[in-house]
Amino acid sequence: MKAQAATIFDEAFRESIGDSAQPEWLVTLRREAFANFTQKGFPTTRDEEWKYTDVKAVASKPFAVGGANSEPSAVRSERFAVTGELIVAFVDGVFRRDLSVIDGLPDGVTIASFADSLDKEVLKANLSKIVEYDFNAFTALNTAFTENGVFIHVTKNVRVDKEIHVIFASTEERANFPRVLFVGDEGSEAELVEVFTRTSEARYLTNTVAEIVLEPNARLKHSRVQRESHKAFHIGVSKARLSKDSVYDATNINLGGKIARHDANLEFTGEGAEAWVDGLYLVEDGQHTDTHSRIDHTVKNCVSHQNYKGILDGKSRAVFNGKVFVHKDASGTDANQSNKNLLLSNDARVDTKPQLEIYNDDVKCAHGATVGQLEGEEMFYLLSRGLNEDLARNLLTYGFAEEIINKITVPSIKKELDEAVLNRLHARL
Amino acid sequence: MLLEVKDLYVEIDGQMILKGLNLQIDRGEVHAIMGPNGSGKSTLAKVLAGHPSYEVKKGEILYEGKDLLALEPDERAREGVFMAFQYPVEIPGVSNSQFLRLAYNEKMKHCGGEELDPLEFNDLLKEKAKTVEMDPSFFKRSVNEGFSGGEKKRNEILQMAVLDPKLAVLDETDSGLDIDALRIVSEGVNKLKSDENAIVLVTHYQRLLNYIVPDYVHVLADGKIVKEGGKELALELEEKGYDSFKAAGN
Repeated sequence: MKAQAATIFDEAFRESIGDSAQPEWLVTLRREAFANFTQKGFPTTRDEEWKYTDVKAVASKPFAVGGANSEPSAVRSERFAVTGELIVAFVDGVFRRDLSVIDGLPDGVTIASFADSLDKEVLKANLSKIVEYDFNAFTALNTAFTENGVFIHVTKNVRVDKEIHVIFASTEERANFPRVLFVGDEGSEAELVEVFTRTSEARYLTNTVAEIVLEPNARLKHSRVQRESHKAFHIGVSKARLSKDSVYDATNINLGGKIARHDANLEFTGEGAEAWVDGLYLVEDGQHTDTHSRIDHTVKNCVSHQNYKGILDGKSRAVFNGKVFVHKDASGTDANQSNKNLLLSNDARVDTKPQLEIYNDDVKCAHGATVGQLEGEEMFYLLSRGLNEDLARNLLTYGFAEEIINKITVPSIKKELDEAVLNRLHARL
Repeated sequence: MLLEVKDLYVEIDGQMILKGLNLQIDRGEVHAIMGPNGSGKSTLAKVLAGHPSYEVKKGEILYEGKDLLALEPDERAREGVFMAFQYPVEIPGVSNSQFLRLAYNEKMKHCGGEELDPLEFNDLLKEKAKTVEMDPSFFKRSVNEGFSGGEKKRNEILQMAVLDPKLAVLDETDSGLDIDALRIVSEGVNKLKSDENAIVLVTHYQRLLNYIVPDYVHVLADGKIVKEGGKELALELEEKGYDSFKAAGN
């Protein structure tokens, strides 16, 4: 597989790095990352972290790489109907200033493309430091193709009133490598919404990385909605680094992709911080979705919550692998983790593995996982009120998903997700 | 006759709970079914609602002259049978108003009535909520999730108010209620009582009957009715306890 990967991306990389007018430090980083990828090759199912997710189909497809000149109006009408908000737009992995709405930013807020931010010390200090390129082969490849990304920086005690939407729209078959770097300085507050979407059912690859840095007392609500084409491949890593007393609330919704993998990671580096890393995956016939999560409690008195839910229909498959590490100095840790799955079909399969590794005695930790059908008493309750069986089942399934979707407070996105869930259930409620 | 239960034998998990129960209920009547724990009171309520865990081994139940046991639980509900649960179920992610509107519209569809959109239904719900002094803030909340015991029971009566059943079976609706909640729930039921419907109170204690006065009291022991009378029977029970009736039943 090494050889294949090399042939596919070698030339594209040489072309990309050759044209680049980027600073030396970034060129060096990219070269190192590409070397790392070439040496590693794509993972196989023999790799423990990729045991249940076979990326052979991704590795063997000769993707086009690099910016396309897609028709912006189609994209605009289709998916950019978010009004009155801050919008950062990527089309086929390319940052599009013309489609973005980032004018008139409040003082102390930077939202800019990587190309316009490479002289910023804060970017240089954090890029590829939260998610290092050798995290896995896809991260290495993404880092090697670091050209298009958005740098968001909220300075000390600044509160951004509007949600910041970052929209990644794909229109055609190619490999895209967009990135997000968010830095929230001390006492800052913001809401970040990432949406991965498409204008056609193309077989593209989104390989993305989001790095989040929260300085002391900073707060970020981070929603990530993955609605890729059902033929597409989506591989993404999000990681947040939380300093003292910071608060991070992540909600990851995974609906699309033929093969989708999201690593949702978190590291506490300052005491008293609190985080939610919640999610929902909703898949149907022919889809495979994989969530890996790693939460590191390295310091005292931090609280982490994890609630992941899955709904599987048809011949679909889901993987949940959630690790919570409580390191030896992390006394006073409070960590809970739950993964519940609802199987709507006999052909669906889920592999769930919540894991706690605790190296300190003074902690409060709980975890659990369930895989099942709808509960009998809930069904009977709805039936006893006159709902027929289909309606009762749909309502319960909808409620199961809504518990997570309700965390998303942006009305336009919430509405879209409600509709997506109902469509998936072929139901009208 | 609204409901006729004839020689009913019911089993759960291989154990016979009801052993030859007979009961007749007509419109405009309030019946109390009283009895000690394990006598089969709740079993009767659940069998009427059609709970799948209970198996009828013998006997029949006629509802408006038709075979009730031939109907699925949801069909019974749409035909006007309602059970207020002893332990109302929590449904996370589904709002109270959404749930109630669906139930209401299913019933309207069945009866040929007018279905309501969310705004119209909200007006209806506000009106009905007054019956149990329930604040409209409960409409948006997930069904029963995080409700106190008293709030759950009030929510049951709110559902009854919305669905307007012909036969309402209240399974231990008084259990776990403080005196204020008991008053609110009882007043709610009294407001819903009419010449067109019948109310069956399944209860262990006489307390509830101070608020909702029954026309008939049936004492259930070991799976069958062992004594019947008017409201004064409840007071006699309160005084003497169930022991004497248990003996009579054996």
